[in-house]
Amino acid sequence: MKRRDPLLVVDGLRVTFDTPRGPVAAVRDVSFVLGREKLGIVGESGSGKSQTGRALLGLLARNGRAAARRLTFDGVDLLRAGEAERRALRGRRIAMILQDPKFSLNPVMTVGEQIVEAFRVHANVSRREARLRALAMLEAVHIREPGHVFDAWPHELSGGMGQRVMIAIMMVPEPDLLIADEPTSALDVTVRLQVLALLDDMLARRGAALIFISHDLGLVGSFCDRVLVMYAGRVVETLRADELQSARHPYTRGLLACQPRVDGDGSDLPTLNRDPAWLR
Amino acid sequence: MSRASAIEVAGLDVVFGRGRRAFRAVRDASFSVTAGGSFGLVGESGSGKTTVLRALAGLLPPAAGIRGEMRLGGDPLRPARSRALRRRLQMVFQDPYGSLHPRHTVDRILGEPARIHGLDSIDHRIVDALADVGLDASFRFRFPHQLSGGQRQRIAIARALIIEPAIVLLDEPTSALDVSVQAEILNLLQRLRREHALTFVLVSHDLAVVSHMCEALAVMRAGEIIEMVGVEALRAHALQHEYSRELLQAAQGYRSTPAGMAPAEQ
Amino acid sequence: MSAVRAWLLVDVPRSRWQARCQRFFLAWLAFRQNAGAVAGLVIIAALVAVALLAPWIAGSTGVAPDLGNRLQPPGPVFWFGTDELGRDIFDRIVWGSRITLYIVGLVTLIVVPIGLAVGVVAGYVGGWLDSTLMRLTDVFLAFPRLILALAFVAALGPGLENAVLAIALTAWSPYARIARAEALTLRHSDFIVAARSQGIPHHRVLAGHVAPMCMSSVIVRLTLDMAGIILTAAGLGFLGLGAQPPTPEWGAMIALGRDYLLDQWWVPAFPGLAILVVSLGFNLLGDGLRDVLDPKSRS
Repeated sequence: MKRRDPLLVVDGLRVTFDTPRGPVAAVRDVSFVLGREKLGIVGESGSGKSQTGRALLGLLARNGRAAARRLTFDGVDLLRAGEAERRALRGRRIAMILQDPKFSLNPVMTVGEQIVEAFRVHANVSRREARLRALAMLEAVHIREPGHVFDAWPHELSGGMGQRVMIAIMMVPEPDLLIADEPTSALDVTVRLQVLALLDDMLARRGAALIFISHDLGLVGSFCDRVLVMYAGRVVETLRADELQSARHPYTRGLLACQPRVDGDGSDLPTLNRDPAWLR
Repeated sequence: MSRASAIEVAGLDVVFGRGRRAFRAVRDASFSVTAGGSFGLVGESGSGKTTVLRALAGLLPPAAGIRGEMRLGGDPLRPARSRALRRRLQMVFQDPYGSLHPRHTVDRILGEPARIHGLDSIDHRIVDALADVGLDASFRFRFPHQLSGGQRQRIAIARALIIEPAIVLLDEPTSALDVSVQAEILNLLQRLRREHALTFVLVSHDLAVVSHMCEALAVMRAGEIIEMVGVEALRAHALQHEYSRELLQAAQGYRSTPAGMAPAEQ
Repeated sequence: MSAVRAWLLVDVPRSRWQARCQRFFLAWLAFRQNAGAVAGLVIIAALVAVALLAPWIAGSTGVAPDLGNRLQPPGPVFWFGTDELGRDIFDRIVWGSRITLYIVGLVTLIVVPIGLAVGVVAGYVGGWLDSTLMRLTDVFLAFPRLILALAFVAALGPGLENAVLAIALTAWSPYARIARAEALTLRHSDFIVAARSQGIPHHRVLAGHVAPMCMSSVIVRLTLDMAGIILTAAGLGFLGLGAQPPTPEWGAMIALGRDYLLDQWWVPAFPGLAILVVSLGFNLLGDGLRDVLDPKSRS
């Protein structure tokens, strides 16, 4: 990887939700620096991993607030940027892939129309040109019959196919950063690997960075370059993915140990004892 | 432990719909589970594994065409079955958020089946059932929405066990839970199986869970059982069928040049 | 107060009773956030209070004529004026609240059980029973309510009880539809399937598991429907087919006051205002209840 300025700097990110019972902190003081790499954010439900990703894109629910000491994307201060500037960044340079393509694709437009629209918004090309590029894009995400899928409706696609289409749409503006929130959790295991391989291929080709948010430590460890482990809104440990097995923090170690293994012996699994000290 | 079969399935066919739109969800599935044993059905979505489980539980829609034979300890299992037969075979569902009645307290969720089956000293049974799944009596008057996912699944397990079944059918019991909670629930299920001499049929897409929980397993694809092996073969990575091996490899995580790269799924 | 509050908000209820109270209290806390709904509740509560305390609030029985005071305008003696027979309109409206409540209560008692039973059975059982029950419902749904009620009253004879019966017979069909729609989606939900797999018999599943889940939409629909029911009752009264004179039914009062609309506006105006306020109260309450009870409107 080329050494250059970091793409994304997050320093002291906090996300708070206003609820009837008072403000609830979902993300507390999360800091990391992202280069052109694949960064995994791992945690259990309620760890704040998804809200971290959403805060970066400004997609928090209405009662949520994000604050940080510093939040810059490629030199642009996201905290001070105007709404228009942020929206431009969000569409063009930062893209997001969500868990279930069923809910992210527009159900009343064919797949092709949606990709064409993305091209016309972002690349400002003619309808004909957009159509050609859309077909090329479907081919790039390893769809065997692009013409067929181009005319299909979202509900006619399988989960894996839908996620490929989602990746195709997100790749249209050639983003520098892709945030994927559990992109493969709704998929079958064998399809999951195909989609990941595709994602890997697309990222490498465009030199884009990835934030991969997942609950699956094993998957993130095998797919990403670096892993942030989150617990109760905090980052408890940052590791290189290939050093995952030698994790230090008892939470990370506990998570690794409590997963059943195909070659295990069936004896009781060690369970995680949550230490209140982790919250400090 | 007796080696008699608790469950026998022979030549099971399940067809949904009729005529040209008929869809064979299960084709000629045969297996048996020894009493006190634990049998895993592994497959991806659409493999028919859940349909087999629902056929056993008598929960398929009446319109479904079922052929073949299912026996529970020698007694035939037909779609219409007596209350006494239902009592011997209980099910735990995948989604702990959907399987408990949102307007019933834990007390009612556990008490009603016990009452229906004419059991005595219901108050004691409810407290015992809660203790059995590792919850104290303070959970008794809570509503499901006041519980975490893991606690809900414990209640669902307690509900299945309170009427003392011999066989428990588990439909992906931990796939909606966090890994740390999954470990607790799997341990709980293993302990309950030992203590109550239960027979398990576990449906899962996760080979690691099946390897942990079962003594034998069948791999299903497109309605068919394509491989049936003992768990030793799985633990030794010695599966024969190509598709089983693909599943096994997928369970090991991502590799930068996976076999799945070339043939795109259509 | 704070001890009761703490008891209601405790994390771990210790009895069935406490668990139930807690659920209602939490619903009340949510309900309280909606100002319109609280206003509706206040109106309905005031209606009930007025009906209960009518003998003490009203100075007269509102029935006996007092021809010396015919058509007095509103003033310090007769707050809402008097009608063509010299009866105090305020007193008549106060007594009329009992009739309105009677209509509302009786219609509810007939409509909810019928609608719920038909809808839940149709949705849960399905098949030919569903088709039969729903076609029957469609027949009732197809008639305009007032006209069908008119036909019923014409057949049964005018009178308050017959008017209520007629309204009830024309009002149950939407409830059957709502309950059926809910039961259809519930039928395949895991918790109903679980109940079946435990050997809980069908009638208990229907009554104890499916029906309670349909109740909230039915209650919401009922409160929103109340305004219509009151208006239909008033309409029948107006046409002389409901409550018979000298009963102080609000609709009948408007009918009699119609002749004086131009010169003695207060005769029809105050009963009309009473109908308006009570209908509005039920509508506001229904809106608030929907936010609290209907799980679909929650995010």
